Amino acid sequence: MSDEHDQHDHHGHHPAPLSEVEARVRALESLLLEKGLLTPDAVDTVIAAYERDIGPLNGAKVVARAWVDSEYKKRLLAEGTSAIAELGFGGMQGEHMVVVENTPTTHNVIVCTLCSCYPWPVLGLPPTWYKSPPYRSRVVMEPRKVLEEFGLSLDESIEVRVWDSSAELRYMVLPERPAGTEGMPEEELVQLVTRDSMIGVAQAKSPGAAS
Amino acid sequence: MDIDRNITAMEGTSALPRKNGELIFAMPWEGRAFGMAIALLREGMYPWQEFQTRLVAQINATGCEPGPAPDYYEHWLAAFEQLLLEQGIMTCQEFERRKAEFASGEREEVF
Repeated sequence: MSDEHDQHDHHGHHPAPLSEVEARVRALESLLLEKGLLTPDAVDTVIAAYERDIGPLNGAKVVARAWVDSEYKKRLLAEGTSAIAELGFGGMQGEHMVVVENTPTTHNVIVCTLCSCYPWPVLGLPPTWYKSPPYRSRVVMEPRKVLEEFGLSLDESIEVRVWDSSAELRYMVLPERPAGTEGMPEEELVQLVTRDSMIGVAQAKSPGAAS
Repeated sequence: MDIDRNITAMEGTSALPRKNGELIFAMPWEGRAFGMAIALLREGMYPWQEFQTRLVAQINATGCEPGPAPDYYEHWLAAFEQLLLEQGIMTCQEFERRKAEFASGEREEVF
């Protein structure tokens, strides 16, 4: 959102007359501004917050907390929805969050084979490829090959588990904490957690690679 | 914060219309109507319950299917107008007059 005048086509003429509903909304906004009950950018601020704050950062904060707090991690793996709610993230409409942990011997990846169920309250908007039919079918049939195409080569000894999301169950991957991050504060760890690492098609970033 | 949680936790026909988590505003005015009602909630102009009750009543007046109601923001806007009038935040006369000014093109900008 660049500036607060975006909606008002710059000092100009309105070529098309306002619809009835548009006139109502403008009348309200203008009255509320006039009464000093709204500030000019209050509405933009609200919209931007709803678009941005329910996003990937929420999931990254969950992961970073689990990396530094082993008790939290236990709760997260046992009861994902409530552990995520502890950090103030909700907005799930009846869906259950299940968090699956990557370990040196197990790698997890999530998909929705039927449609595009996605844990959006923690991960924000799903990437386009997540919704694409090739990803949805191939990650189940040949997960290693798909992960390789994402640039993630896994040793044969590592077991790959694919989790199929549904309307009631949403999965999120808890990636492994990268080496060399001992003692790093939680706020910095958050920066290493990418969306892709929580879908399971990548590892968390290494400290050196963090931008 | 509680306000945001209340809003995002609405279920069934009063749930915010979303597509894969993304709020859907089909027209710019829908976003303005959404933002105004929440901005005033955040300012504590009225309690959440007062808004929610009216929203649900508006939606229920037109029948109910599961999931977000069609024309959701029409109902949202009607509930918001009703609340502003009933709480005495604006009068019917000034609202009617201002609407007419925008509809006729006499007034163009909201500020």
